[in-house]
Amino acid sequence: MSLSRRQFVVRGTIAGAGLVIGMRLSGRVANAQENSRAPKKAAPNPFDAWIHVKPNGQISLIVAKSEMGQGIKTGLAMILAEEAEVDFTAVSVEQAETRPDIYAHMGTGGSGSTMESFTPLRRAGATVRQLMITAAAAKWQTPPAECVAKKGAVRHSKSSRAASYGELVEAAAKLPLPDPEKVKLKDENDFVLIGHATPRVDIPSKVNGSAQFGIDVRVPDMVFAVVARCPTFGGKVAKYDAAKAKAMPGVLNVFEIPALGKDQFTAGGIAVVADSTWSAMKARDALEITWNHGAATAESSDALYESLRAAAAKPGKRIRNDGNVDITLPAGATGIEAVYEFPYLAHATMEPMNITAHARDGEAEVWAPTQSPDWVQRTVAQILGLKPEKVIVHTTLMGGGFGRRYMADYPAEVAQIAKVVGKPVQLVWSREDDMTHDFYRPAACHHLRGAVDQAGKPLVWSHGLASTSIARFWNSPDKAEESEVGGAKQMPYAIPNVRLEYTAVASYVPPLWWRSVEHSFNGFVVESFIDELAAKAGKDPVEFRRSLLVKAAGWKAKNDEDPDPARLRGVLDLAAAKSGWGTPLPKGKGRGIATYHSFGSYIAEAAEVSVSGNGYKIDRIVAAIDCGQIVNPESVRAQAESAIIYGLSAALKNEITIKNGAVEQTNFDGYDPIRISEAPPIEVHLVHSKEDPGGMGEPALPPAAPAVANAIFAASGQRLRKLPFQLKMA
Amino acid sequence: MAAIQLVINNSPHEVEISPDTPLLWVLRDKLNLTGTKYGCGMGLCGACTVHLDGVAVRSCQTAVSSVGTKKITTIEGLSADNSHPVQVAWIAEQVPQCGYCQCGQIMSAAALLATTPRPTDDQIDTAMIGNLCRCGMYQRIRRAIHRASEGASASTADASAAKGA
Repeated sequence: MSLSRRQFVVRGTIAGAGLVIGMRLSGRVANAQENSRAPKKAAPNPFDAWIHVKPNGQISLIVAKSEMGQGIKTGLAMILAEEAEVDFTAVSVEQAETRPDIYAHMGTGGSGSTMESFTPLRRAGATVRQLMITAAAAKWQTPPAECVAKKGAVRHSKSSRAASYGELVEAAAKLPLPDPEKVKLKDENDFVLIGHATPRVDIPSKVNGSAQFGIDVRVPDMVFAVVARCPTFGGKVAKYDAAKAKAMPGVLNVFEIPALGKDQFTAGGIAVVADSTWSAMKARDALEITWNHGAATAESSDALYESLRAAAAKPGKRIRNDGNVDITLPAGATGIEAVYEFPYLAHATMEPMNITAHARDGEAEVWAPTQSPDWVQRTVAQILGLKPEKVIVHTTLMGGGFGRRYMADYPAEVAQIAKVVGKPVQLVWSREDDMTHDFYRPAACHHLRGAVDQAGKPLVWSHGLASTSIARFWNSPDKAEESEVGGAKQMPYAIPNVRLEYTAVASYVPPLWWRSVEHSFNGFVVESFIDELAAKAGKDPVEFRRSLLVKAAGWKAKNDEDPDPARLRGVLDLAAAKSGWGTPLPKGKGRGIATYHSFGSYIAEAAEVSVSGNGYKIDRIVAAIDCGQIVNPESVRAQAESAIIYGLSAALKNEITIKNGAVEQTNFDGYDPIRISEAPPIEVHLVHSKEDPGGMGEPALPPAAPAVANAIFAASGQRLRKLPFQLKMA
Repeated sequence: MAAIQLVINNSPHEVEISPDTPLLWVLRDKLNLTGTKYGCGMGLCGACTVHLDGVAVRSCQTAVSSVGTKKITTIEGLSADNSHPVQVAWIAEQVPQCGYCQCGQIMSAAALLATTPRPTDDQIDTAMIGNLCRCGMYQRIRRAIHRASEGASASTADASAAKGA
């Protein structure tokens, strides 16, 4: 992947003595996530991060990247320490203040943090190193070439002179900055941190209860709130009686908050404020509310699935059209059709939505577990009638994000409540609130038609995709396909006649990015249907894919989403080799494989399963990962394991269904993710690569489910096309 | 409302609270012991796991009045310095991602090892099946429990692993 990335490294001003450098991350990923909602206004300042080398030689990297378990604070420190030539422990990564006037991009998502940061941070670190060497050389009146920086100090190679960065920083801060595009980066062979497993800095606090998540925020005088929301999407309070609730112990206030429309998308409802979360929850149960359920009561999953199936079978908006999928098939060719179905899915982060806010005279303070602190700030400011700069937003740790914590609904609610309460108030969503008022992975149906010739060569790939649409929800009906077709549009196999058509289907259920977004279903469809074509052609699934992953001479990626066939084939071969592909298995066992590109990374996964009767068991998953240059292999492995289990939870077990406009599942009994007894062993194999880093938060997810489905087919002849699988785990 | 005496992490506490309040909310909202997490309120996820006289229980399903004289141990009381073998193993295996469920996981694992010092995989499944991890770190949890169960022999393994790296 080669990208044209603009980077800046210039001097900035920040409180405190020492050397301060501002830098800009590559905005590609951030822009993609923010385009749908951020105000179109250039930041008055081009920087996303600041590096502060302090007089004691310690370095702070101040950056607006939220930690939700991906290990970003560790990875960014590794990159900076590597090029700056300081110990890993000399760098601390601090959460930036929520100041959109200082930081151009504040979002964390799209698997983008390492992608955006890698080269800019290397250049910034190299700038620090070069300034220190220049300062030392000037001090000793020696040529810079005779000076070497290592472990936070510069040494003169021809004498025993040495000076720490702390001793040099004052002089370094007065030097002109070198051109960031021209600073010399380290040779990859000299890396001592990048590419080397490094323990995460956030882990010790996560084994003793001291890590503070949003829900753990405690401020003096605080009170707790819950909201009773209409179970039906779009429903409103018709009337309510709070007498019983108000009489309950600990209850401080009960009042109605209105629903908010576009951008906030809150349900509105009755807020209950009390002296503890439990008192508020109990009093909420005692409310007597008559709801006006509204138009969404007409919606149910069965009817929605029917609409999706009908839409997928009909012509839609043409997204890709190579050759002619309607050719008359030559003699001996055979065609197949297949329909794949996907339900709504909840994010179900372990930490339910929550947020704490204090509205004071002329200002406000917010403690937010959020992927999007600047959006929290704008939202709270708007509701409280303040200028955004009067709203201080502290970003806390998050108990999972997965896309859900981009949204501004819970921040809007807490602002409505804080305005009335006038004290610090923590809004807590119960698990039931979280499950029934999430923003859901779109439901979808895919109608596939294909054909192979007599020799087993595929001729036709026709893909009709219908889904509820995220972009349409954001009021962009003309771009309804925007977050729905990725990965299907880039179907990588060399087939002469390919078509993709898209149709958006209306629904009252609010949709959102869910870990790997549309790749969660498009990966399943592409990697299942290519397997179906292989079976039709009577070919081995690995050999069939290999023969169609052709990198033509002079191939160049059209854009970041365009996969390199050679890298797809590379991970396919590695996964096949490591899984023992082709070696015999006992009856009832089978292997399946999938290879897929998303978020800049190439990942193939092989699954081995045992099937007996109507039950099956996943014996193991083997993942082969090419995510370009690896920063922290430990984090890459952990993210891969995580995304695989998250994807398999959806494929094997989870479904959000709608009845009369409301979600039927309310807690982990109805929406039960994979548990320890069901989790297969996962082996992760990493490809050594010097390509730019790809993302790792999401891309291991899409290939997991099709690898398992393909393995079940290999073991039993059963082709699973509906998620969750209609087959039980043994 | 009632005055209820509790012994938490070896310290006596008195709380004035309605007796049906789940222990979870007493710990979190009244005593600021926020390491014990709310996840589901129905005993389905295990994030709220604490020990009563060494036995793992779901504090969201434990009315504060039912605790009586049993000693409560929360994650904050497991060790003063991350030195409990389960905490040591959790760090060595780099188990947590988001970390939200991990206090509950660790409390369940510590209770398991107290009664079953060398659990089999099946025994681990049985003891840990009630603890959900949405980051899916089950393989690491299993490895960490085995590591903690090995006690002294684990340090030998550490040394050879470090050499191998």
